[in-house]
Amino acid sequence: MASAAEVAESREREDVRRRWLLSAPALLIIFLAGTGPLLIVLVYSFLTPGDYGDVKWQFSTDAWVGVLFERDIFDDTLSLASAHMAIFWRSALLSLATTILTLIFGFPTAYFIATRPESRREVWLFLITIPFWTNLLIRTFAMKEVLRNEGLVNSLLQFLRITDQPIQFMFTDFAVLMGMTYVYLPLMVLPLYASMEKIDFRLVEAGYDLYATRFQVLRRILLPLVKPGVIAGSILVFIPSLGAYVTPRVMGGGTNLMIGNLIELQFGQGRNWPLGASLSITLMAIVMVALLVYVRYAGREGGQHG
Amino acid sequence: MLEKPDLPAIDVKGVMKVFGTGDSAFAALNDVSVSIRENEFFTLLGPSGCGKTTLLRLIAGFDYPTSGEIRLHGEDIATLPPYKRPVNTVFQSYALFPHMTVGQNIGFGLQMLGRSKAEIEARVDEMLRLVRMEALKNRRTSQISGGQQQRVALARALAPQPKVLLLDEPLSALDYKLRKEMQIELKRLQTETGITFIFVTHDQEEALTMSDRIAVMSAGKILQVGSPWDIYDRPAERFVADFIGETNFLPATLVAMEGGKAKMRLRSGVEIAATVAEGFAPGGEATIVVRPEHAKAVKTGGDLKGQVENVVYFGTDTHIHVRLDDGERFMVRQQNSRSQSCGFEAGDAIGVQIGADAAQVLRD
Repeated sequence: MASAAEVAESREREDVRRRWLLSAPALLIIFLAGTGPLLIVLVYSFLTPGDYGDVKWQFSTDAWVGVLFERDIFDDTLSLASAHMAIFWRSALLSLATTILTLIFGFPTAYFIATRPESRREVWLFLITIPFWTNLLIRTFAMKEVLRNEGLVNSLLQFLRITDQPIQFMFTDFAVLMGMTYVYLPLMVLPLYASMEKIDFRLVEAGYDLYATRFQVLRRILLPLVKPGVIAGSILVFIPSLGAYVTPRVMGGGTNLMIGNLIELQFGQGRNWPLGASLSITLMAIVMVALLVYVRYAGREGGQHG
Repeated sequence: MLEKPDLPAIDVKGVMKVFGTGDSAFAALNDVSVSIRENEFFTLLGPSGCGKTTLLRLIAGFDYPTSGEIRLHGEDIATLPPYKRPVNTVFQSYALFPHMTVGQNIGFGLQMLGRSKAEIEARVDEMLRLVRMEALKNRRTSQISGGQQQRVALARALAPQPKVLLLDEPLSALDYKLRKEMQIELKRLQTETGITFIFVTHDQEEALTMSDRIAVMSAGKILQVGSPWDIYDRPAERFVADFIGETNFLPATLVAMEGGKAKMRLRSGVEIAATVAEGFAPGGEATIVVRPEHAKAVKTGGDLKGQVENVVYFGTDTHIHVRLDDGERFMVRQQNSRSQSCGFEAGDAIGVQIGADAAQVLRD
């Protein structure tokens, strides 16, 4: 008996060792590509900025203080960095608005595709993914072409004599919002479609049959069933929106910065790598908190239905 | 119950339903008319693709007829959306809402009708009692068995007290024993609630045992409407006779006809009396139907002569397959008894006697 137990134990130990060995490549990649670079960012955020960029290996918490406060040049007093606050706030609002807009546009689109005959759905999905083939910058410039003063919308408005002066869309928060909505829309449509495709549409018929109007069917049957897709799509849109760099740069010009642009500034003209690093980690923290709150809230909502 | 004997519960008049356009157009229903009475257990019976489910969906409002009228107690409902029709459906796959409990599923219709919480609560409990599911009110629909889901689907559709209940092959997903149980259960529910049931099935046995009346459908048309007894014993067309039960077809010539009765001459020269299907147009040749249990196998004599091809024992009865002298096949079903065997073996000469009221002349 004892020997049998010993054999089993040694075999189990062998098993564990083999498991570690087999997962070693994956762990290595996770470390090299994920955790490692993050650690460097974390370390840099506690160093002193170098004169021409880069860092001096000298411990300092200035960068972290600089995330929220600015130091007066003359008397060294700290005051809240209102510029940073405004940028954080704008980023959060714009990302939230982008998520909501993509949801509003994406939901009917996904519904449309999911209710097509099976043979034709692939064509529609294909059309949705085509923009992905193009560079993000190009896509953003395409949106700029639509919104600029001599662009599509303004030309049309003037041609129809609705306005006689071009409306200034570009370099406003509105332009940034439009740009991001356009760029991230497929990221919302695809997960929405994935969960809608699984729905038995007889449930919708059953809803109508039981006296639910269109709106009630949407609210009481479709939305709860598509919720996993809504959650996934919102996460997929919200995270890159919050860190967006190219789109706010092109659509918002130099004035309507988002966190991504602020970070870029520190590594470029600002020559303050530690501040850039600490801002990056702050961004990560904001995303993580937002996700946790969102997922918990969404999860509880789901629980109420059951 | 409000009795409205004059007006049918559902009156379908000249309904066409065409799917697709141009060359690919397909008439799922071709000029269908049928009246379904109040408090009736009415069955639409036919093979898959015959249009029975299409007709049900038109009554429910999930599709709209290309032309024709659908009246509910005299009011044309053909163009109303499903949520404005006092008609509820039990779906083939039940279509229970997976994100709601059993109780919430049953209460959904009432909730949408804007009934008070207390009323919904009371009605849900009543429905749960009716389908004997009181203990499972707070279960999720994924946590109950197929038979239980079936009961929930029934309760959900009955809860808003519809004028007509539509059932789309609701028993087809259940195993044999459960199906038998649910057949009795459905019949009980229909009697207790007094609601008109329209039941769609391709199972002829189900149709015969449960229905007050049956409409047999094929290729988008209703071929015959009648009681189970009518449909089985007085089939009007070959398709009806063939689809329901086992049948012998015999070619014959009309000799004389008088008041629904005809004298027919079989190929063997024997003349027999037969009832005539409604709509029969007297001509020369006609087809006679004889059910296997209405014919008798005899050693000598008989209306038809032939040779035993095969004898198959079925427990309650024995099927004797006969090759008639003129080449036709004929099957006789004979009740078994314990004391003696059927008395025939393959190769024996056999006579077939057709009973006095066993033959029916088809209209085609």
